[in-house]
Amino acid sequence: MDIITGALSLLSGMWITIKAFFRPVVTVQYPRQVIEITPRFRGHTKLVADEASPDRTRCIACGICERNCPSNAIKKVEGEKREGEKKKTATSYMLDFTACSHCGICVETCPAEALAFSADYNPVGFKRDDFCWDLVKEFEKRRALA
Amino acid sequence: MIDQIINIIGMLNIRIILGLGGVLTLVTISTLILTWAERKVAGHMQLRIAPKEVGPFGLIQPVADAIKLIGKELLTPRDVEKPLYLLGPILIFVPVLISFVVIPFDAGLQVMDINVGILVILAFSSLTVLSILISGWGSNNKYSLIGSVRSVAQNIAYEIPLLLSILAVVFMSNSFSMKEIAEAQKGILHWYVFRQPLAFLIFFIACVAETNRTPFDLPEGESELVAGFHTEYSGMRFALFFLAEYTNLVIVSAVATTLFLGGYDGPVLPGIIWFFAKTYFLVFVIMWFRWTFPRVRFDQLLNFSWKILMPLSFFNLIATGALLKLI
Repeated sequence: MDIITGALSLLSGMWITIKAFFRPVVTVQYPRQVIEITPRFRGHTKLVADEASPDRTRCIACGICERNCPSNAIKKVEGEKREGEKKKTATSYMLDFTACSHCGICVETCPAEALAFSADYNPVGFKRDDFCWDLVKEFEKRRALA
Repeated sequence: MIDQIINIIGMLNIRIILGLGGVLTLVTISTLILTWAERKVAGHMQLRIAPKEVGPFGLIQPVADAIKLIGKELLTPRDVEKPLYLLGPILIFVPVLISFVVIPFDAGLQVMDINVGILVILAFSSLTVLSILISGWGSNNKYSLIGSVRSVAQNIAYEIPLLLSILAVVFMSNSFSMKEIAEAQKGILHWYVFRQPLAFLIFFIACVAETNRTPFDLPEGESELVAGFHTEYSGMRFALFFLAEYTNLVIVSAVATTLFLGGYDGPVLPGIIWFFAKTYFLVFVIMWFRWTFPRVRFDQLLNFSWKILMPLSFFNLIATGALLKLI
């Protein structure tokens, strides 16, 4: 009896593998094929453009994110008050990505909704400093590229 | 000129030399293809692509691997038993070559038709155990030794059901010659796989165990013994073990084809194509086993042979004998 149930279980195992053998592959050949990054992916944070003046970020340099960051990854959130404007405009926003834990508290607490997760999943660098970004500068770089 | 050479060397010797040359080519090419096929089968069974970078569909991958292995240093560990250590890889390859001599690839395509062909194959394939034992013992490594000891126990246990199931076929065909057994199975209904299904099953299981392949790959179980008996071998010596493993795979499949699947018998297409189609189908089935089944435990392995396969094959043999006497 054991032999029969055993043999049947072996056959059912073989049926599974042969089905898999003829099924299309699920792996993606990475450098050549890249899959779409899902919208909820949490990359490093980025500053979002202001709708009214797209060459500027929404950041008002209030520093709430800096104070709330549990890993102290955000530093030097500074801004200047420009002539004839009510709000401040950010001039520097340092993110130390090596310390960031992707918790998203900065994104949630931002009163101006100026922060968002980017879809940038593969930042590379040779030094720790390569992962310390000034997000305002990064934003300007993105603007220039676009 | 040619006549003189033939007279000096003798026709039979020339046939053997040519045959061995052909067999050597066949062995090398089929190993190259099989290593590629094994990885492709493994890949697709795990929903991966497997090698694809070197050449179209990764077909040149085995050549690249072979070049890499040839280029590697032949490392000899300090405290090995040198003669045995060096003899192992060479010895494992010789019986493999000789077994091919008696296999009929087609009606007229056989290096030599010896009237005890099966016995030649069985005798020489048991030598593989000896070379595994030698290389495991000579390596002066506990993993190698455990692997080779396991291999010996396993091979001896599974050789008996193997022999008994072959004997049932021999009863029916009244011959030990591979060619006559193949000739006795003309027409698909006369294939011994349909007249001796139990013997075929036992033979095939024992073959998988004899070639040390999963689910019976205890002698080289990676997760427990590093690589078993060939742990200490590198470069071309390792490649020889590899070559022997895959050639053994072809040999057991070819023998199973000859004994049970009618050998080169088949309609329309020439016999050699049928022979290789059947052989490589069986090879595929063994690869299929490997990527489906987990490794058995050692007591399960031996119990299965001594308690199930052996009584069954004895029963099969006696039943075959009785039936043949009655009919």
